[in-house]
Amino acid sequence: MITTDIIIIGAGPTGLFAVFEAGLLKLKCHLIDALPQPGGQCSEIYPKKPIYDIPAYPEILAGDLTDKLMEQCKQFEPGFTLGERAETIDKQEDGSFIVTTNKGTQHKAPVVAIASGLGSFEPRKPLLDNITDYEDKGVEYMIKEPEMYRGKDVVIAGGGDSALDWSIFLADVASNVTLVHRRNEFRGHLDSVDKVQELKDAGKINLITPAEITAINGNGKVESVEVTKKDEAPFNLKTDHFIPLFGLSPKLGPIANWGLEIEKNAIKVNNALDYQTNIPGIFAIGDGNIYPGKLKLILCGFHEATLMCQAAYKIINPGKRYVLKYTTVSGVDGFDGTRKEAPKAVVKTID
Amino acid sequence: MDKNDVTITIIDRDGVTHQIEAPTDMAMNLMEVVRSYELAPEGTIGVCGGMAMCASCQCYVKSNHELPEMQDDEEAMLSEAFYVKDNSRLGCQIHITPDLEGLEVELAPES
Repeated sequence: MITTDIIIIGAGPTGLFAVFEAGLLKLKCHLIDALPQPGGQCSEIYPKKPIYDIPAYPEILAGDLTDKLMEQCKQFEPGFTLGERAETIDKQEDGSFIVTTNKGTQHKAPVVAIASGLGSFEPRKPLLDNITDYEDKGVEYMIKEPEMYRGKDVVIAGGGDSALDWSIFLADVASNVTLVHRRNEFRGHLDSVDKVQELKDAGKINLITPAEITAINGNGKVESVEVTKKDEAPFNLKTDHFIPLFGLSPKLGPIANWGLEIEKNAIKVNNALDYQTNIPGIFAIGDGNIYPGKLKLILCGFHEATLMCQAAYKIINPGKRYVLKYTTVSGVDGFDGTRKEAPKAVVKTID
Repeated sequence: MDKNDVTITIIDRDGVTHQIEAPTDMAMNLMEVVRSYELAPEGTIGVCGGMAMCASCQCYVKSNHELPEMQDDEEAMLSEAFYVKDNSRLGCQIHITPDLEGLEVELAPES
């Protein structure tokens, strides 16, 4: 059981900044995110795109913003449970909560902050009738253990970076790699596209374009897929694995069943005070909450995170006195023993 | 109706037809118009914010309007999207201009 002061669900910009603000109040945080890396949308969807409305940054790439936020909160030693989705929440008799992920990892804390943005990112599944029958029986939407493909025949579908990168990677692991895409052009880093071209020319990747997978066949597991090339008759291709990589789409998911008031796919909060939900001790901050006048902006998420931490402090330290401090005056004392502070002014006599 | 508005017909995902006024002077795109009229639930449209990176605003263009030519990123995204038809476009890439008076589109299913 992982114990902490604040469980933060969602490791996007809002969740990461909450770690810093909590740290100033000597509260420890642990973040849970369905994605394998921190940063949320900024890292997953548009890491190379610039953002222009982060205060004091005339322009910053979304991926760089994640890096900066990670650096800023580093000394408060946040814990991370990545690649797992928060599944259930159970209130304990002592008022604390236990959040359990889809993989069974348990987290306990007196305060939960949901910073889940638009939801947890789930793979987009191709529209094939029987695809769910083959999930984990040859159909995988994400590659978690590349070794399981060693010596196997693999068909990858998709035209973006993940389809390209995994085709390149598996070319050295699998026995055969076939990449199927609906058109001849790929959308990805130029060097990945070049590398696939190179591997195709060397006969290490079998490229079929423009084409689509139109059926999955097999008895209890994937044995072949039907490939349909544009304007040609479909044919069967023997394979052990079919890996469709068509990107991820955010879904509110299990949080919808936590007894929270939901409106317009977002969690209703009290914006007059502290962004608390209808369940005391559970807060919602960032793009995933809703209140009158809500704007889904990163900078608004930062503000909400800050106010949430103040409320969390009062829950965790009832009755304890506290006064807002300025980092310029007080410095920043990390949980790792580091201290940042403003240099002392030089006092010197003028003769 | 504001003199800067155009009238657009949007068929939502439940098949309901809406005739709405869209401003041509607010740098809006079709996806944002759909959101502003709440014709699709929040979180199911415009997920990427309008960067042609999610296809949640895919729509089918039913009228014969001449639309701005598809850019590479829109074409690439549509080539990976589901329920794509010959008249598919991404709403976020269609800017509302006076030329769009009378445009008719249908929202593609959520995916």
